[in-house]
This record gives sequence, C-alpha cells and structure tokens, in this order.
Amino acid sequence: MDASSERAPIKKNSGTLKVTTPSDREVAMTRVFDAPRRLVFKAWTTPELMKRWLYGPEEWKLAVCEFEMKVGGKVRFEWRDREGKGMGLSGVCREVVAPEKLVFTEVWDEDWTGGETLVTMVFTEDAGKTTVTQTVLYLSQAARDGALKTGMEHGAAMSYDRLAELLPSLA
Amino acid sequence: MIETLQALAEPNRFQIVELLRGGPRPVGDMVERLGLRQPQVSKHLRVLSEAGLVDVRVDAQRRIYGLRAAPLRELEQWIGRYRRVWEANFQRLDGVLEELKAKEKKRGRIKRKSAD
Repeated sequence: MDASSERAPIKKNSGTLKVTTPSDREVAMTRVFDAPRRLVFKAWTTPELMKRWLYGPEEWKLAVCEFEMKVGGKVRFEWRDREGKGMGLSGVCREVVAPEKLVFTEVWDEDWTGGETLVTMVFTEDAGKTTVTQTVLYLSQAARDGALKTGMEHGAAMSYDRLAELLPSLA
Repeated sequence: MIETLQALAEPNRFQIVELLRGGPRPVGDMVERLGLRQPQVSKHLRVLSEAGLVDVRVDAQRRIYGLRAAPLRELEQWIGRYRRVWEANFQRLDGVLEELKAKEKKRGRIKRKSAD
C-alpha cells in the first residue's frame, strides 16, 4: 500500500510537531494548540478526556488511564488493541503546578527504555494559543538510543528528524 | 533493519554517514576529517557496508565510498509510523479542545443571560 494514503488528513488549525534533542539524555516534543492553557491542561490530565485522544500505535485505545494529580500520585496507562493485547506503563507524579507544569516518572511494563524516564511537561500560553513541551529524560544516552532501537515513540521520532535531514542528500 | 540501527548506533559510524551525506568520498579523506586511524575507519566502513548502508567503487588506486538510500528509506518509513502516532493523537486532541472551547462559550452565554 502507498504509505501516504495511511496518513490522517492535516487539519487547518493543527500545529506542527517539533522534535529536538536538548541534551544527550533528553528528547523534547513541542506542539502548539489553538486553545487557552487552562483547557489544554485539562484535556491532558483528565482521564475521560485523555482516553479520547491518547492512542497507541495502530490506533490502540487507552483502556486504563489513572492520573492522580498530586505529588506522589499514581500514574498508570494501558493501551489495548481489538484482541485485547496490550502494553502499559506505570509512574509517579513528582510535581504538579496546574495549569503550568507537570513532572512524572514513567516505566514501561516491558522495559524498553533502559529504566525509568522522567517526563516534564510545560504549558505556556500566548495570545490564546498554548505551547506544550514534553521533555523525556533517560537514565543515560545509551538508554535513550536504546529506546530508539526498540521503537519507543520518543526516541524514534527524534532520530526521524535527523534522518529527514539526511534523506534529501540521497535523492 | 535492526542491522541498520546497530550500524548507525556507533558514534564514529554515525559520523561517517553524516560525512557521506555530502557525497561519495575516498577513505583517506575520511581518515583525515574524522581524526581516526585508517584501520579503524576501514573497520567501520566494513560494518556499514555489511549493513548495506554504503557501497564502494574503485577509482584507480582509491576506494570511494558512498551512501545507499534503501536501508535509510526503510528506516524512515518505520520511524515515520511512530511519529504519525503522535501527530494523529494531537489532531484528535485539537478536536477535543475545539469541543471544550465551544462548551465554555455556550456556558458563558447562559451565565450572561441569567445575570441579565
């Protein structure tokens, strides 16, 4: 099948996903949303709302979503496909400054990120639009690059940007 | 594809691939630019060649290496699927946010009406 036909149509108001590597242990994703910070924070932290958009690969649905928004609060996500096959991650909330900042740990059930990662999310508002920056800190550079090898989303997207630079020179 | 990733995961080999982005180069030229010894560079080139990432042609006495696009394209397609997971998620989130905005606007109107 033609790869381009799998892509979802680009909505007019949708921002561009930017992926960078701020340090050799981090990967950061940035995206602008056309809504005030209060609402973006709400959509990102309310389980009923998260289940409506936070899918896994191949449209796996978010079946279990616990996000206890307080320091020491429990984080648990489980995605499942139609046959009930799944993948999940657990973590702990480290810092909550609604609606500006969230810090939590993550470790996948099948630990493909080389141990726990620390996720920092920052929400900033400007003229009614909100920029969300999600930074994932790995235990080591090897862990970050290992995440790339096994196909963890963040790591993969990072190298995609480097590859995108590389490809035109091969045409 | 695992082979491609393993070949690229070594910093010096990554550097070689970055160098070859600019076009094919003779081995001696890469030795100079990378500040490595010739046997080291040759060893890395052998791994890259086995993974199908580079090919070589002989020009008089020189061996000239160039990048091969196929394994990188395959990798790009594979990685693009993961990126698209997030892009699709964020497009769905755009939709949820439009709905929340509309709800809030409606509530605001009702509030204003009841205050009149």
